[in-house]
Amino acid sequence: MAKLSHIRNFAIIAHIDHGKSTLADRLIQLTGGLSPREMKDQVLDSMDIERERGITIKAQTVRLRYESETGELYILNLIDTPGHVDFGYEVSRSLAACEGSLLIVDASQGVEAQTLANVYKALENDHEILPVLNKVDLPAAEPERIKTQIEDVIGIDASSALMISAKTGLGVENVLEAIIKTLPCPQGEISAPLKALLIDSWYDLYLGVVVLVRVFDGRLTKGMRVRMLGADVAYDIERVGFFTPKLVDAEVLSSGEIGFLIAAIKEVAAARVGDTITEDKRACAVPLAGFKPVQSVVFCGLFPIDTGDFESVRVALGKLRLNDASFNYEMETSAALGFGFRCGFLGLLHLEIIQERLTREFNLDLIVTSPSVVYELVLTDGREIILHNPADMPERTEIREVLEPWIRASLMTSNEYLGAILKLCQARRGIQVSLSCVGSRTILSYDFPLNEIVFDFYDRLKSASKGYASFDYDFTGYRPCDLACMQILVNGEPVDALAMLVHRSQAEVRGRFICETLKELIPRHLFKVPIQAAIGGKVIARETVAALRKDVTAKCYGGDITRKRKLLEKQKAGKKKMRQFGKVDIPQEAFLAVVKMGGE
Amino acid sequence: MTVELRGNFGIYVHWPFCASKCPYCDFNSHVRHKEVDQFRYAAALIRELDYYAVRTSGSGRRLESIFFGGGTPSLMDPRVVSKILEAISCHWSIDENVEITLEANPTSSDSLRFAGYRSAGVNRLSLGVQSLRDATLRTLGRQHDAAEALRSMELARLVFPRLSFDLIYTHPDQGEDEWREELSLALSLAADHLSLYQLTIEPGTAFYSLERSGRLVMPLEERGRTLFDLTQDLCLAAGLPAYEISNHARPGSESRHNLIYWRYGDYIGVGAGAHGRFFEKSVRYAASAFRLPETWLSMVEKNGIGLEQDVPLSPAESGAEFLLMGLRLVEGIDLDRYRRLSGTNLNPERIASLEALGFITRHKDGRLAVTVEGRAVLNRLIVELID
Ligand SMILES: Nc1nc2c(ncn2[C@@H]2O[C@H](COP(=O)(O)OP(=O)(O)O)[C@@H](O)[C@H]2O)c(=O)[nH]1
Ligand SMILES: C[S@@+](CC[C@H](N)C(=O)[O-])C[C@H]1O[C@@H](n2cnc3c(N)ncnc32)[C@H](O)[C@@H]1O
Ligand code: SF4
Repeated sequence: MAKLSHIRNFAIIAHIDHGKSTLADRLIQLTGGLSPREMKDQVLDSMDIERERGITIKAQTVRLRYESETGELYILNLIDTPGHVDFGYEVSRSLAACEGSLLIVDASQGVEAQTLANVYKALENDHEILPVLNKVDLPAAEPERIKTQIEDVIGIDASSALMISAKTGLGVENVLEAIIKTLPCPQGEISAPLKALLIDSWYDLYLGVVVLVRVFDGRLTKGMRVRMLGADVAYDIERVGFFTPKLVDAEVLSSGEIGFLIAAIKEVAAARVGDTITEDKRACAVPLAGFKPVQSVVFCGLFPIDTGDFESVRVALGKLRLNDASFNYEMETSAALGFGFRCGFLGLLHLEIIQERLTREFNLDLIVTSPSVVYELVLTDGREIILHNPADMPERTEIREVLEPWIRASLMTSNEYLGAILKLCQARRGIQVSLSCVGSRTILSYDFPLNEIVFDFYDRLKSASKGYASFDYDFTGYRPCDLACMQILVNGEPVDALAMLVHRSQAEVRGRFICETLKELIPRHLFKVPIQAAIGGKVIARETVAALRKDVTAKCYGGDITRKRKLLEKQKAGKKKMRQFGKVDIPQEAFLAVVKMGGE
Repeated sequence: MTVELRGNFGIYVHWPFCASKCPYCDFNSHVRHKEVDQFRYAAALIRELDYYAVRTSGSGRRLESIFFGGGTPSLMDPRVVSKILEAISCHWSIDENVEITLEANPTSSDSLRFAGYRSAGVNRLSLGVQSLRDATLRTLGRQHDAAEALRSMELARLVFPRLSFDLIYTHPDQGEDEWREELSLALSLAADHLSLYQLTIEPGTAFYSLERSGRLVMPLEERGRTLFDLTQDLCLAAGLPAYEISNHARPGSESRHNLIYWRYGDYIGVGAGAHGRFFEKSVRYAASAFRLPETWLSMVEKNGIGLEQDVPLSPAESGAEFLLMGLRLVEGIDLDRYRRLSGTNLNPERIASLEALGFITRHKDGRLAVTVEGRAVLNRLIVELID
């Protein structure tokens, strides 16, 4: 058991490709976590989609044993954190489990987008930041210029920044030494009742649900009966331990330490990120601050293109849910689409990730209906209902009032992008609450309708600020709005999956945009296909997909009919990837495109 | 004997060599700089015929057509053609009206050659004219000019009772007026048959790479449609109506060989890359030979047959092929035959909706046929028709 003074918990903040994984691998190698044979490249990122999108979804940790220059043994816990606002809450919990962060900057590229947003988050968590300039081996490296840039743009002291090459190993030892010298050690009371933070949880095929924890006070031991305060359930701990990154069992995790616990937990949904874990018979007095139950922010319907795939979709959702408690689903039936599921997600990226995994890992082609936030409706008979499915929208005459969710956002940016960001906020019906400058940074507080930020605000913000902005938000409550249900008619027939709830003032612009997009994505048919957007029977936008004019094989290849038949089979397979509405085949991409432009 | 066996029967003979490769062509044609040992090839073709004689024997088939296709069969020594026809007549009983066609390239057309083919038994020539304009012939990479093509035509008319020629249209920069003029001239020269192909850019050809790199720009779909419609109108007015997507004939002069394909009759194919479709003990087979001439030759010399594939077709596959071929014909298809082949019926709702759109029609005798409108979009039509 290590003393608090000999523990350091830290996160690594880096823009994609600046060398986070390479450095992590080096640190693991140097401290002997894995033998060279076991070292396979880049131990940290694991899921394909995470890699491709350059984001981490699940927190991962590694414990390093480091013998300092003075010969003392330290325990260093490295935690890898998610990097997208959809997972903002998960990031904040990971950061809350550490006292400091390494800020890795590519010495030839300089400070980039993601870096800044995450540094701001770390600063909000009172982290000590240790700047590290990587890739100094490159001829294009300009460490001095980049140091100045870090000071100017981020506003932290970079004079003592380390210069390393994760690739060659140059200076990597110094990183370990600097971690113990510069980063603060954890605080905690070992004799106090157990108080641990649930950082993350995931489902492992062999181990079942694995829970990642940071112990603040007390001790977590094998066999102990613990209670999760938020979920209010108790479990007997079967195993505790840590990752090196190999799983290593331990008898106890004490105050200041990060590690895992395994108990008879059925699904990750029962182990909620941010929850406080305490001893059942000697509970801590106050739970840790900041626990928020999972709240679905965006809802949409998922329907198999091939109605026969319903059961497979159910099984696949069940499997994904084992490992991701942050989305919800329940069965839904639609007259036009048949059987499917109504699902709730943390945000649009989260929705896209789940949809992509269903397609890629489970080979399911899906129709994704227009995503929506949750509205509150007060009906003329006084009843109150919640609404996130355009199909459930009552008649206009039955509605007394519609309320939409609002959030309070905090944004941090470097001053030079302030103008562009203020413009964006205004365009999104934002109401400024406060604006303050700290050095080269500006901190903004704004109120927004959730509907305005949930779809693509983050992407817009990134481009408005070239990425030099961070963004987080909390719900504040519901306010009145003027909502309409916009139908999309294809060849004269309404397509339920494309119907959406929109603000009346924006209906026309969005209707036009959707019609234009669908025109590009709906293939040509033997007849012309009109596409219309309408509200309550009134057409507000219209486009037409022209009819196919020529599609015939001119030549006859002698008697080679096989070739023609193969072509036909290919065309038929292509048609199977579409769903027929009336007489028109609509491809999966058309639905996904409407999802992506949800917030336009 | 099943009903299917009583249908027409044809033999296709493939000659896989050409003097030069045309930039649009993806047929199984090869240019060889060393002289080809024609008699060795002839011997191999005859061994394949022997092989098929066994497989198709005892079926009471009457041979209605023989077709020498290519490549460029007009590079064949007339004696080789003669030997092959002799071998065929030993194995099958031949219809008295048998059609024996040979494809010829104007570049390898001379009176001696033509006379040789004629006396071997060829009674129909299909000439690869491709265009009657010098500029177009250059674009198409042909080795002959229009004058040469005209000379070959005249010659052929003197020698062969029946003559067809091929033209390619809808190439880059081809305007409506230009094609009207060219086609009118062609119609005035036409004997009893014309094949008019819209240019298709095929993967693996020189045109394909040119198009991908942007150096060849194909006409837009709408222009293609206009030219197609114009072609139908002009040919009809000239007394050579379309009887198939790209084929036009004076009534009664349709190519019997191609009709065998389109009516999904039985045929065997000998030679490199040749295809066959035939019933054997009530199972329909799809056969195809190795494409590379040298590979094919050594296989035949070793095994007596150069087949790369020889597979039974499922009812669904036969049904699909029957539709693909039969609906190309103006005469359309017999739905009973479709049911016999595929074991299913076409969906009446789909037929009705395509009929309502004016793409298909029912002939008085009950046959299902594609209209002129429908023929321009036949590929899609068939996808819609079957599921
Ligand atoms: N030249 C050089 N290349 C490096 C160094 N560190 C990492 N790289 C390379 O930079 C690329 C991105 O590194 P990676 O660790 O995957 O970055 P991550 O996306 O931040 O995890 C890889 O090709 C590494 O080999 C370094 O110190 N010097
Ligand atoms: C195998 S060739 C036979 C004629 C002979 N080999 C010649 O070219 O003179 C059959 C015909 O198909 C047509 N053809 C070949 N390739 C084509 C293409 N890419 N697009 C349209 N028609 C084509 C040509 O009209 C050609 O005459
Ligand atoms: S078009 Fe005819 S001559 Fe030209 S390469 Fe093809 S088969 Fe040979």
